[in-house]
Amino acid sequence: MNVSDLVQRAELAVKAGAGGLDAEVTGGYASDLLSAVMANAVEGNVWVTWHAHPNIVAVALLVKLSAIILVAGRQPEDETAEKAEQEGVPILVSSLPAFELVGRLHAMGVAGAT
Amino acid sequence: MKTFWADLHVHTCLSPCGDDRMRPRAMVQQAKQKGLDLIAVCDHNASGNVEAVRQAGRGEGLAVIGGIEVTSEEEVHVLALFDEQQGLRDMQRLIDESLSGENNPDLFGEQLLCDERDAIVGQDTRLLIGATALRVEIVVDSIHHLGGLAIASHVDRESFSILSQLGFVPENLAIDAVEVSPRRSVAQVYAQRPELKAYPAVRSSDAHTLEQIGAVRTGFTAAAPSVRELHRALLGEGGRAVMN
Repeated sequence: MNVSDLVQRAELAVKAGAGGLDAEVTGGYASDLLSAVMANAVEGNVWVTWHAHPNIVAVALLVKLSAIILVAGRQPEDETAEKAEQEGVPILVSSLPAFELVGRLHAMGVAGAT
Repeated sequence: MKTFWADLHVHTCLSPCGDDRMRPRAMVQQAKQKGLDLIAVCDHNASGNVEAVRQAGRGEGLAVIGGIEVTSEEEVHVLALFDEQQGLRDMQRLIDESLSGENNPDLFGEQLLCDERDAIVGQDTRLLIGATALRVEIVVDSIHHLGGLAIASHVDRESFSILSQLGFVPENLAIDAVEVSPRRSVAQVYAQRPELKAYPAVRSSDAHTLEQIGAVRTGFTAAAPSVRELHRALLGEGGRAVMN
């Protein structure tokens, strides 16, 4: 499954970084502690978070995440969207709260590390 | 010029997590016993006990800086220190406008307002443990705009620090210093995160109980025990310096 498939199946809005939509999704990680994401997320994971701060793009690049999904209709800050666009890191927005979104992603086969 | 020994981050009984005994006179006594010249009172999103501690300190020769430990939208804790009462008041107003919810004392703890003789004169009913709706950049810029000093709280902690919440210090975040908690030395933190060497460091207790006041301290050599002079010491201006 690539990011594009996920966008369609989970009804996500692409806010920036459409250049990265072909990336393969290896699994998922959810946290609002960026230090935890840097320590524990795996290359190719999609990251589910509430954070809209520009630092999320840097973290995604560092870990080589396939996409960032903002929950509960959170919108990326302008600087975040600009950086993500430049770097080709997809920023996707779900209207669902985090718990519900993660449940649906898991049901689609996007798993976390166990 | 003189060297002032400071604990730049102490809570009072106004913070929900602050011990009931963290009242002005008792705090001042403890600070003096620990050989401090200066403390900065920084309750979570609140400043209602600053004046009482300042008055209690006046008779004892302890300088008291008014501050707030602001919780940003990202749940980053930032210390806002002010010389001027007006700056502190305006910062408090900004926080009040962007903090919602009501405290539940059974769950989070009481938020007691005191006079300078340690008597309880009221309670703050707001949810001080909560986060403001202010982005961390807005918090820091507002502090500076109002004439204050912005210090990133306990950067070595795994919660509510700029590093835990945002992974690293955003390059456009104009913090004046980073605070190291008692559990680490400044040298250890600099060794672990070399990029932090771009910021001066202070070491403070983050005391929530009387015994913790002055557990660690920062010395600064300057003309007066003020925020302005501390700022100049952090910048190393005119022979001023900070010691950890």
